[in-house]
This record gives sequence, structure tokens and C-alpha cells, in this order.
Amino acid sequence: MNSAGVQDLRSDALPDACMRVLHEGGRMQMAYAWFPDVEAAELRYIADNGSGRPFEIWRVAPGEATPSLASISPLLGWYEREMMDLCGVRFSGHPEPYPLVLHEGARPSAPPLSPVYRRNEPMPFVPEPRRLPPVQGEDVQQLPFGPIRGDVQESAQFTFIYIGEGILHYDAHLFFKHRGMEKRFEGLSVSHGTLLAERVSGVGSLAHALAFCQAVESACGCEPPPRAQWLRVLLAELERIYNHLHYLGYLCHTTTLKVGEAEGKFLEERVKQINARLSGSRFLRGVLVPGGLQRDLAPRWLGSELEVLRREIHNYTRRLLATNSHLDRLITTGVLARQTAFDQGATGPVERASGLDRDTRRDHPYAAYAQLPVTVAIREDGDAQARMEVRIEEIEIAIALIQHVLPLLPEGSVRSACTPCQAAEGLGWAESARGTVFYAVHLSRDGAIARVKVKSPSFSNWRVFPYTVHDSNMMDYAINEASFGLTVSGCDR
Amino acid sequence: MPVWTLFGLQRGKATIDWPFAGDQDGQEGLCGMPRHDPARCAPDCEACAVVCLPGAIRIDPGPARTVQVDYGRCIVCQLCIEACPEGAFARSSDWAFGVRRRDDLVWQEALASEPGRQLPGKIQKVFGRSLHVRHVDAGSCNGCESELQALNNPFYNLHRLGIFFTASPRAADLLLVTGPITYAMRGPLLEAYRAMPEPHWVMAMGTCAVSGGVIADGYACGRGLDGVLPVDLYLPGCPPNPAAMIDALLMLLGRAPQRVQGGHLGN
Repeated sequence: MNSAGVQDLRSDALPDACMRVLHEGGRMQMAYAWFPDVEAAELRYIADNGSGRPFEIWRVAPGEATPSLASISPLLGWYEREMMDLCGVRFSGHPEPYPLVLHEGARPSAPPLSPVYRRNEPMPFVPEPRRLPPVQGEDVQQLPFGPIRGDVQESAQFTFIYIGEGILHYDAHLFFKHRGMEKRFEGLSVSHGTLLAERVSGVGSLAHALAFCQAVESACGCEPPPRAQWLRVLLAELERIYNHLHYLGYLCHTTTLKVGEAEGKFLEERVKQINARLSGSRFLRGVLVPGGLQRDLAPRWLGSELEVLRREIHNYTRRLLATNSHLDRLITTGVLARQTAFDQGATGPVERASGLDRDTRRDHPYAAYAQLPVTVAIREDGDAQARMEVRIEEIEIAIALIQHVLPLLPEGSVRSACTPCQAAEGLGWAESARGTVFYAVHLSRDGAIARVKVKSPSFSNWRVFPYTVHDSNMMDYAINEASFGLTVSGCDR
Repeated sequence: MPVWTLFGLQRGKATIDWPFAGDQDGQEGLCGMPRHDPARCAPDCEACAVVCLPGAIRIDPGPARTVQVDYGRCIVCQLCIEACPEGAFARSSDWAFGVRRRDDLVWQEALASEPGRQLPGKIQKVFGRSLHVRHVDAGSCNGCESELQALNNPFYNLHRLGIFFTASPRAADLLLVTGPITYAMRGPLLEAYRAMPEPHWVMAMGTCAVSGGVIADGYACGRGLDGVLPVDLYLPGCPPNPAAMIDALLMLLGRAPQRVQGGHLGN
């Protein structure tokens, strides 16, 4: 895509445009700001009008105060707060007008993503206590947890306000791991941009690099050769398989099913070793480049190994689905209603477990997915059990997709020239193991990266997750969190 | 017999014998740090330095214009190997890159004769062969966490080596830090460090913690652990694989030798 697909909109027309999208059965996807000039930010809104229809992109020049759309499409609330923090954009009528990404006490000399903020300028910070809702009552207790948590976990701070076993209110304080990744993209070449995209969320390296490369390819009008497109599907599905196996093992950890935990993690390890043999990296890093693949892969041995693994995985998941002690802890735990999932922007297996039938592999196909039979796993119950079942089914579908791809792999080169174009923009997306990753890439007049917006699935799902914790009980918390399969670094960036 | 117990028994032993016996460490095909051979360098060629995003390869500003390599900044992306027209960087499986001195990650023509500084000799006396580790994620991409979690899968089974992750820094001997140290995690990291009993050790795991990696500086990050806490052990890698982690932890305990000196991996 060049800027031809972008539609200009006045900021006061935003509420009507947003209501039209929702009324016609679409949904808002994301919003971000960038600085085409040193002086003024420009806003971009992206709407999804459903299967088979291109994403709508609106370009909006912010006025004195752009109307907030958070009360029309609540999922946009976090994007708007992020723009306030990092780009200095102001919104009127925002229901939660306080910082999100930057912690209280951070004092940047200018909005960090604006061009006047220098690339290597540190940001002064004197930590301030987290603002929590005031609570009264004799037996109400407050439990702070984190940011350094037990075992080996990513950093985030949670506060439980509870009576006995019942959680009254749950506060997730995120963005301890905010690294300013989007600023680091600025000024880089597109090949260096790929390396950075791989390091936004390690366990989503492939999906992030894929979305980034596709955004560049879309901006510059390059088309990877067919073999690269098919191999991209194969790599993306391998990433899904090892992530989902890890998920199943970790979920068993929270329900104290020890052998189930060991088996899930053992199977995950086996897939990571397959990744290393295939690509040289357990995380499938260093394989993708704009225009195709860095080098060819020889997956001839993969089919038979995967078939052995498929039987073992089936043997494992069949047992999980027949283990009452496991299921007892999952059924009705952390129920996410379909409407909440839609309004707050849940993505991936989380939304599909709440009955929302969306998957970009089928609805907005990329790589070689348009030529493949993509089945989408759906459950209606929205509880931890449904989220597990969706993932179990997705592992089976992923293996079937790879087995479908292997005999059809076209011969030929895996890389076509993709010369960085000038002053162009592109949108790329990929359905990662955790949901949809979006990359919006803007290239400057010299072909270097001017702005990259990263939308990771965990940014969407962390916003949704607390709705399933309020008014639940302490005993279920760890199981519920595991059932969402969230990463923190993807969210915090 | 309960169904899962039977299942576990039927699955048999999954744990490798490495590092005690054999060489089956599970890292077949994995790319390690590129091996550097400056004798092959063409004069005035800077191709490798141009493609190196984290600045692990730099051209010496002096008149000799030699190539300088710092493995503490390497993210193992392999781009230098593909960019070099002369083969001065070669693909390797060198991943056991734990070192006690940061200098040992910088490639040197002639090796210093003294081996890497030994840790204070008391670590074995104090802890015997066991170790309790408190991990702190100070802004990683979660790649390091994914591999740290893999340490306790049945394949590597870290427990068999007497090494355990512990929840409280008060029960920890080693503070294992990942990530470039974000502005918001710096405070909690220092608090965890201060809560540890003496004697204690600190390990920088992954290229981000060693040097800041691809994300060094900027408004939200520092340059890794140096200058924040005294570091006893550096392990670069993006991320280091679980076998490299085991090797480095055993090195800390004096149960394995340091393999890297002056950027060269020996035996």
C-alpha cells in the first residue's frame, strides 16, 4: 500500500465515522500518531470491515483537542492514552485521561516520540506511588504483588483488593518493561528494522518480523517469491505450535498437574530444537527479510518428525481433556463475555474462545494463506477451558497446515529485491500465537524508517484481562492469568 | 495407578546426560557467535561494521582501521557473515560464552596469558555445589525468560545439578538479570539486590543485560547491568540457549571452566 489507500478525515468527523464502522458490523483495530513534520503530529485510525475487505485507514490532523473515541469503541482508550504519553496528542472527553505507558514520575523534556526528542536522551524519573481507587471497609485487604514475581516471570505489578477469597478490584500496573522500542526504529534501515522487530517479543519473533516485512513490502510494492511465501507459512505455524505447547504446560503448572506440565514443556522443547535445526535459531530469528527470506531452508526431514510429534501431542492433549482435576479448575474460570471481548478488543485465541470468529490468516490472508484451507477454532463459553481448547485445536490445525505446505513447496529463489522506497507507508499484519500483530511502517525521503507503530496481541489482551478478574476469587487468579497466555514485553515494548 | 503417573513412567527418562557425559546438548544446528579471522580482512573494507545493528563490530578510528569485535554486544543475527566478501566472519556453534571479565568478550589478536579472573575462592566453600537463583527481568524481550523456563523442562532438568530458582531475594545466592535495565525496573532491581544476604553474586544474562544490545540508551533504557550493579558473570547471546545457561551457571560454581578468552572459544 502507498498512501493512496488512506482516507482524509477531519477530527470532528471521527465519532460519526467510528459509529458507522461499528454499525456496519466492523470494528476499530488501532490508532497511532506519527510526525511527518517536526511540528505537527498526524493521527492514523485503522478499521476492520470484516473478512475479505481491506482495512480502512483514516488520516486525521489533530485539532486543539481531538474527540476521544473511547466511549464509542472502548478498545481505543489505551491507544489514545499511549498517544497522549508518547506523542503529546490531546484528546477531549477521554474517560481515563491519565498516563498509561509512562509511569507516574517520568518527566521527558518533550513527548519521546516527537522528532525534537533526541534519540539518546535519557528521561528523568522519580517514581511516584501508583494511584489506586480509594477503598473503605473493615475486612478489605490490599495485596501488592510484583513487579518482580515468583519463579521466572516477566515483570509487572498487580494489586489485589479483596475480602477473604473474593477479589473486589484488580489493578494491573504494566509498562515496567517499556523500552521505547518504537523510537529505536527511527532512522534505521529496513533490514535493521527486521532485527528490532524480532526483539519486541521473543516468543513472537517470527510473527513480529513477518508483520514488519509485509508492511515494508506493501509500502514499496515488492512481492516475495512463491517459495518464500510458502516457507513463511511453515515458520509461522511452527511458532504457533511451540507457543501453544508451552501454554498447555504452564496451564498444568497452575492447576498443579505436574506430569502434564513436564510433558507440555518437553514437547515445546522438541519443537524449539526443530526450529534450531531448520533455521539456526530456536526462536526462528534471522530468517525473514523484506522481500522474502534471508536464506533458503531445507525442510525435507520435517514431515516425518512432525508426524511423530503430532501423535505424541494428540496423546497428551487427549489426556488433558479427560483429566477432571485439571478441567475442574478451568471450567467457568475467568469468563470473558463475548461483548466485553469485542468492546475491549480481545484478540487471538482469547477472542475466539469467547465466540468471536476472527483470524487474519483467513479474513485478510497474507503470505500463502489464501491458497490454504485455514480452519478457525472457535468456542463460545469464554472460560479458561474454552481458551485451552481453542489452543489445542489450533496446534492440530497448525500441524495439518505444515503437512499441507511441505509437498507443495515450490522450487525457486526465496528472495526478491526489495529496494527501500522513499516517503511511503505500509501496513502489515500476522496472526501470531497470541493474536494479531500489526506493524505500520513509515519510510522517510531517504528510504530510512521514519516511524514504526507496533500493535502486539498482548497489548490488546492485557486490556481485556482485568475484566475477568474483578469479582472473581484469589484461588483462580493464577489459572486465569495462565489461560490468557499473555506476554508482558509485547505489551510494554 | 493414577493415569498421569503411569503416563510419566511410560514416557521414560527424557533428561540428557550432558554436561556429565556425552555431547548431546540439544543445540544441533543452532547458530553461535560468528568466528572472527582478521587475517582474511580486505583493506579498507567496512562491510561487517555497516550491517552490525548493535555496534558489536566497529572499525578502529586509528590509522590501522582494524576491525574490533565485542561479543558482549553481539545479537547472533549472522548478518556480518553474509555481508563479509572475504569470509573473515564464519558461522560457528560457539555459544558457551560465559565470562567473568567483560574484557574477555572483546576479540583480541594475542591472548593474555592469565586466565579469566577467578571468583572469590569462597563460593565453593560457602555454597558447596548448590546454588539458589533469583531472576529479575529488567526489560527483556522475553526470549531469555523463555529459555530460563526451559531449564526446568525434563530435557535439561536443572534441578539435577543442584541449582534452583527461588522466589525471595533473601534466600538467593545469585541475582540473575535479563534485559537492558529499563528506567522503571532499575529501582525494583536495586531493591532486590539490597535484600540479598552476603555473600552474593550477580549475573548479566543475554546481550541486553551485558551491554544493552539493540536497545541500549534511548529514553527508557540504559546499557545493561554494568554501572548499575557489580557483575560477576556475563553471558551474551540473543538469547543464550539453555545449554549455554547451564554451562555459565556451572562456571560460576567452579564446576566448569571458562571457555572464552579474548573473544576466542577454546576448550
